[in-house]
Amino acid sequence: MRYIEPHAHMVSRTTDDYTKMTLAGCAAVCEPAFWAGFDRSSADGFHDYFCQLTDHEPKRAAKFGLPHFSWLCINPKESEDVKLAEDVIALIPKFLDRPNVLGIGEIGLNKNSRNEMRVLEMHIDLAARHSQLILVHTPHLEDKLKGTRLIIDAIKSHKNIRPERVIIDHVEEHTTKLVLDTGMWAGMTLYPESKCSPPRAVDMLEVYGNERVWMNCACDWGVSDPLAVPKTALEMKKRGHSAEAIDKVIFQNPLKFLGQCPKFKIASR
Amino acid sequence: MTRQQVLDLYFMDARSKLIDLAAFLDRIDRADGPEDFRLKALRTAILELSGDKKEKTKQVLLTFSDPSVDPIEKATTKAACGAYPGAPN
Repeated sequence: MRYIEPHAHMVSRTTDDYTKMTLAGCAAVCEPAFWAGFDRSSADGFHDYFCQLTDHEPKRAAKFGLPHFSWLCINPKESEDVKLAEDVIALIPKFLDRPNVLGIGEIGLNKNSRNEMRVLEMHIDLAARHSQLILVHTPHLEDKLKGTRLIIDAIKSHKNIRPERVIIDHVEEHTTKLVLDTGMWAGMTLYPESKCSPPRAVDMLEVYGNERVWMNCACDWGVSDPLAVPKTALEMKKRGHSAEAIDKVIFQNPLKFLGQCPKFKIASR
Repeated sequence: MTRQQVLDLYFMDARSKLIDLAAFLDRIDRADGPEDFRLKALRTAILELSGDKKEKTKQVLLTFSDPSVDPIEKATTKAACGAYPGAPN
């Protein structure tokens, strides 16, 4: 089995996780910028974080034979402070040429506030001006449906963003069709305690089809599982999905979306 | 898959989760103090499981969701609580 982990916060994980992912068949890992679990006190903290994502972490992953890619932004949980967001967004362009940067993400909303919306629109504009792919975080739990609708409207209102260059992550049964109907991609995030379980992810594949979808573990410093994608592949196998169908969802699909960025190159296995 | 195959694969897991839910409600019954909007939302969501209704997962998720459409003025917390508390007074 081979797979691409398109969303994992590896700066929060141990080297044991890199070993396990590589042994499980991981061919590449992609790391969106996110919340550290605490608010950074200044844009300088983000500068250091962006250096970590674009310089240090790729070297750490390379020790395990794993290509590492990243996405840059200020995450929605720290977007209530618009001035901080402006300062951080101003830093991003100088990092965009780094060899492992795939685009802008994970942007989006958390509590669906006006300031979060404003910062989301700033990120969308940044992506449009620099022709970047976009990876979107949708809010959790009771805020997901409303947030997904607001995010879709914000992206569709920008004439220079092509939907096939956007993936909206953390979809669930009540938001998947909303996203796919726009022509954007949908990401299913596999979590032990919230978001989507492996059986539910396979249910959604069976209901909504396997076009323009990927699966990811979004493992971070919380309760999460860096092997959630291969475990979901096993769930597919238990239900009788073919090896080709599994490969499409966990390898070919992310390769197709991420391959829209010319920097995303991995060895064929 | 046939229904028999689905039952063979998932019945024990579903049974276990249902009993966990029942045990949670028993725990609530034994506890003192007022309830809040989360339990009310949970009881409403449970109603979606009965009968021949389609898309039960989606309906349960919608039960817990904020139905409003406009952004809120300001985010005062980072966390979600799992159920919509209703419009602020």
